[in-house]
Amino acid sequence: MTAPALKARGIVKRYGHIEALRGVDFQVDHGEVVALIGDNGAGKSTLSKILVGAIEPTEGTIEFEGGPVVFKGPADARRHGLEIVYQDLALAPHLEPAENFYLGREIYRGGALGRWLGLLDRATMRRRAIEAMRTLNVNLKDERGRISELSGGQQQGVAVARAAFWASSVLFLDEPTAALGVRQRSGVHDMIKKVQQNGLGIVLISHDLPEVMDVADRIHVLRRGETAKIYERGETDTMGLVAAITGAH
Amino acid sequence: MARRAADSNGLMRLLASGRFRWLWLLVCLLGLFAFFAAWNPTAVLSTYNVRNIIGDASTLLIVAVGVTFVVATAGIDLSLGAVLIFCQVIAAKTMIAVGGSGWDATLAGTAAALLAGIAWGTLNGVMVARLRIPPLIATLGTLGMAGGTALLITNGINVRTGIPDELTLVIGAGRLFNLLPYTSVVAIVVVAAAVFALNYTRFGLHVLGIGSNEVAVERTGVNVASVKIRVYALSGACAGLGAVVDLARFSTTAVGAYSTLSLEAIAAAVIGGTSLFGGVASIIGAVIGVFIPAVLRNGFVILGVSSFWQQIAVGIILVTAVYIDQRRR
Repeated sequence: MTAPALKARGIVKRYGHIEALRGVDFQVDHGEVVALIGDNGAGKSTLSKILVGAIEPTEGTIEFEGGPVVFKGPADARRHGLEIVYQDLALAPHLEPAENFYLGREIYRGGALGRWLGLLDRATMRRRAIEAMRTLNVNLKDERGRISELSGGQQQGVAVARAAFWASSVLFLDEPTAALGVRQRSGVHDMIKKVQQNGLGIVLISHDLPEVMDVADRIHVLRRGETAKIYERGETDTMGLVAAITGAH
Repeated sequence: MARRAADSNGLMRLLASGRFRWLWLLVCLLGLFAFFAAWNPTAVLSTYNVRNIIGDASTLLIVAVGVTFVVATAGIDLSLGAVLIFCQVIAAKTMIAVGGSGWDATLAGTAAALLAGIAWGTLNGVMVARLRIPPLIATLGTLGMAGGTALLITNGINVRTGIPDELTLVIGAGRLFNLLPYTSVVAIVVVAAAVFALNYTRFGLHVLGIGSNEVAVERTGVNVASVKIRVYALSGACAGLGAVVDLARFSTTAVGAYSTLSLEAIAAAVIGGTSLFGGVASIIGAVIGVFIPAVLRNGFVILGVSSFWQQIAVGIILVTAVYIDQRRR
């Protein structure tokens, strides 16, 4: 059995006297979707920020691909193969999908001089980005159009495809369907399943309980900074989840 | 056959994408020129007149190209008039210090002007990107500081002597192949370099990305502050180069002039399709945005219409251009 993609042990985060997290263990394996749910203030966002290196835990350790790791910020986590799709997507609306794919990780042409000048190899960037999007069924009418000309669902598709393209280990999705309609939502779910089949571990942060039950292999419920419950697929229903989130047993 | 259809679709898409919106502007500019030419062909179409329009535009062209990058990041640079004059004063003083004649003095003065421009621009960039002072205020502050320093150095009196003939007679009054003023050649080189940088390099992509969604670019790991500082430094450098070009043309510093230079440059960029909200920019558009007011001014003078009408016309064009940009959002 291979090591889990990402594993956290005894994570504590204190802000002054406030304990946002009080000793949480968390794990996501390759090819597995773990949903992270909980009420506002339960610690979801603090935990996910710690896992992607955006903030440091007060106590606790993180293991990445079986070895201990301390991410020095999100850029460092990204270098390790961990990608995040933020709720606001973080796409530049005036740029085309390929440019968004490669922002900060451009491909150059023209050898050493081209690299020094930062001469962009747009053709290669476009080809690879379009290929990556098509693999995940993100089919755009105009693949060179601006992001702002796409529908909300298509923009979400581009954002997920971009993250999946760069991720080699774990993909974090923060409320990926919150702003979408029913059909677009199922498109994103299909994408998640495809990405999962490619062997990435996926952490899904969501408020949408039916979605979580549909997509997740494991559901990690946080309450007041602690793990309230961990359910395997099919172990519970919406009522059970609500009970775990609110603490009403 | 199918291949040709695909190609023509591609062409239509390019035209519709807004990347070639400057083609429409070019039609407007040529139409304007044709209108004035129809009234008085001999005067408007004379080599002398056309060369004058192009030569007179050199300084503003260079400055407008620089500020286009700033506007593309959703920033603004109001300091350019004062920075240009400061750079002129530094250039003139350096040239005098090196002997007041010869190519070495010309080169030393040019280098000093460029460095001075880069220094003020870098200060703008650091204030905006690191100290988080709004660009409007940061560059307004620099406008005062650079302008005041230039006045202190010169006591408000223009430097007219000690500027090398190589600069004024050879570059300022000379023409490539006896046709194109050398100052315009400099402007064309700057325009070409800027088109390349904005459209074909990582720097240009980051500039447009920052103007489009700064947080998104930051999250990709790009050093946004560094890009912004370089953008303002570039704008300052262009003001420094514009200062030397102006010095070459007029053989004197321009203390007391250029109070509206930044606004004219920003207006040119905006008329040319660069969005004040960032993310969209066109260098060729900015060039056309420089020439539309220039042709208007020239035409009104030749037709004997008060040149005050030019100001009114440019004002209307500017507001219309921004309105169109707003509607497109």
